Amino acid sequence: MAIDENTVRRVAHLARLALPEARVAPMAAELNGILAWIEQLNEVDIEGVAPMTSAVATPLPMREDVVTEGGDARKVLANAPKSEDGFFVVPKVVE
Amino acid sequence: MSDLTKLSLTDALDGLASKQFSSREITDAFLAAIDRANPHLNAYVAVTHEKARAMADASDARRAQGRAGRLDGAPLGIKDLFCTEGVRSAACSAILGEFTPTYESTVTANLWAEGAVMLGKLNMDEFAMGSSNETSCFGNVINPWRSAGGNAQLTPGGSSGGSAAATSADLCLAATATDTGGSIRQPAAFTGTVGIKPTYGRCSRWGIVAFASSLDQAGPIGKTVTDAALMLSVMAGHDPKDSTSLPVQTPDFVAAVGRSVKGLKIGVPKEYRVDGMPAEIDALWEKGIAQLKDAGCEIVPISLPHTKYALPTYYIIAPAEASSNLARYDGMRYGARKVGKDLTETYEATRASGFGKEVQRRILIGTYVLSAGYYDAYYLRAQKVRARIAEDFTKAFTQCDAILTPTAPSSAFALGEKAGDPVQMYLNDIFTVTTNLAGLPGISVPAGLDANGLPLGLQVIGRALDEETVFAVAGALEKAAGFSAKAQAWW
Repeated sequence: MAIDENTVRRVAHLARLALPEARVAPMAAELNGILAWIEQLNEVDIEGVAPMTSAVATPLPMREDVVTEGGDARKVLANAPKSEDGFFVVPKVVE
Repeated sequence: MSDLTKLSLTDALDGLASKQFSSREITDAFLAAIDRANPHLNAYVAVTHEKARAMADASDARRAQGRAGRLDGAPLGIKDLFCTEGVRSAACSAILGEFTPTYESTVTANLWAEGAVMLGKLNMDEFAMGSSNETSCFGNVINPWRSAGGNAQLTPGGSSGGSAAATSADLCLAATATDTGGSIRQPAAFTGTVGIKPTYGRCSRWGIVAFASSLDQAGPIGKTVTDAALMLSVMAGHDPKDSTSLPVQTPDFVAAVGRSVKGLKIGVPKEYRVDGMPAEIDALWEKGIAQLKDAGCEIVPISLPHTKYALPTYYIIAPAEASSNLARYDGMRYGARKVGKDLTETYEATRASGFGKEVQRRILIGTYVLSAGYYDAYYLRAQKVRARIAEDFTKAFTQCDAILTPTAPSSAFALGEKAGDPVQMYLNDIFTVTTNLAGLPGISVPAGLDANGLPLGLQVIGRALDEETVFAVAGALEKAAGFSAKAQAWW
């Protein structure tokens, strides 16, 4: 399954990464190099194997649905590139 | 008093306890050593002089009152991946800019609760993605070790290159590190230090910048096996803030180091004898096998048949998880924002300018293998092969108590040597990545020098939550190898 240049453009957009046009072809070549190496996984017999989704088979713990920490807008906003009156300021989303 | 920075963590704590020197004295000795060496080694990306001195003075006051903790007064280095309150934590990525957490990671909080002193933040590959510490936005770390007679700059390994170089060059007593595919053990092997990745879930991931959540684990790099055991004893422990943190007691790892290994069965996997591996590494492995036999272990040949599929599996799962974890860096809540003509362009410009080349490559692979039409062929298949790899270990551990392998397929290589070929770089982690996929503990112990005088490591892998056996075997290897070589200071 080789990646063509259009796929690289589409994936870069899905990942919200601006990829200069000059980088598209080299990136396709790099990704194809890695994917060609990954292809060897097709040799493995995975018939009837359940996918491993966690490193240690243990149930996820439940806890009471109560507030533990929070309520400190000042701390939450401390690293914001732009904030005002206790809110994040972001570019306009809806016209 | 001789040079305090040369002490092991254990000896330094003894010296502090017997009042031979104060925490302030040893802390000042380390700060002076860092100020001298760091322009040459680039191991630290931030040195917290004032905070270190304040923590040291507080430690001395506690000790005077007889309230000293297990690490009281011991100066440590902290990998930049750990969030430290009030101190920039950037994961060595430009996208985090001057991000200064308003909270403390659980692992570092555990260290401070036992009195440890922070010297500063340690360099690493950007977001822990790399095996040579060449992807950091703060530049390469230089390995304190050089080939005999040469002066080429070598990699300290990665991603915990700063942690390994600082520990090796006596710029801290020990350091925190993290390991997603080998990032603690390979740098330890390249610098003649000890590094352990514990069982997945032993250390809390809360407050550690996420790379691949099902693989990431914190662990220490230290000068001796006992030092690593002491560090891990303090770092580990259940934390309700990380739902994958295991609700188990932390055993006395230090006591386990001296435990007899007589009668233990040590597995030697035939699949780890890879083509092109230097004969010296094979010989070192044989020597380790002979040393454990002499110590009373029984050597058992084992098979881990899916070993060769571990790295390709990892290079689907890790980028997939990374592409999801790194979606949060959008320039809205923290980090540098690059404004475009609309919101989408702002996201795209922010991420393109903030993430480095290797990180962008992995985000693209991860996005691709998770995208509609490819999910089953890549991601789901990789999760199934991962199950096969874990099953290999489960079967092997019915025949043996621990597994002995080399840590890395080479000694430290020159900076720039593998930077052009991602797959060649990825092959560095061939012996370490399997334990991340299976969630098992693995330690690297310095075992000898190659013909160029560079350190080589052996890896001991154990059953899940059986770090005690891992430490016991590592202790036996350390004793038999008698490794005491240090890098000749040129910095």
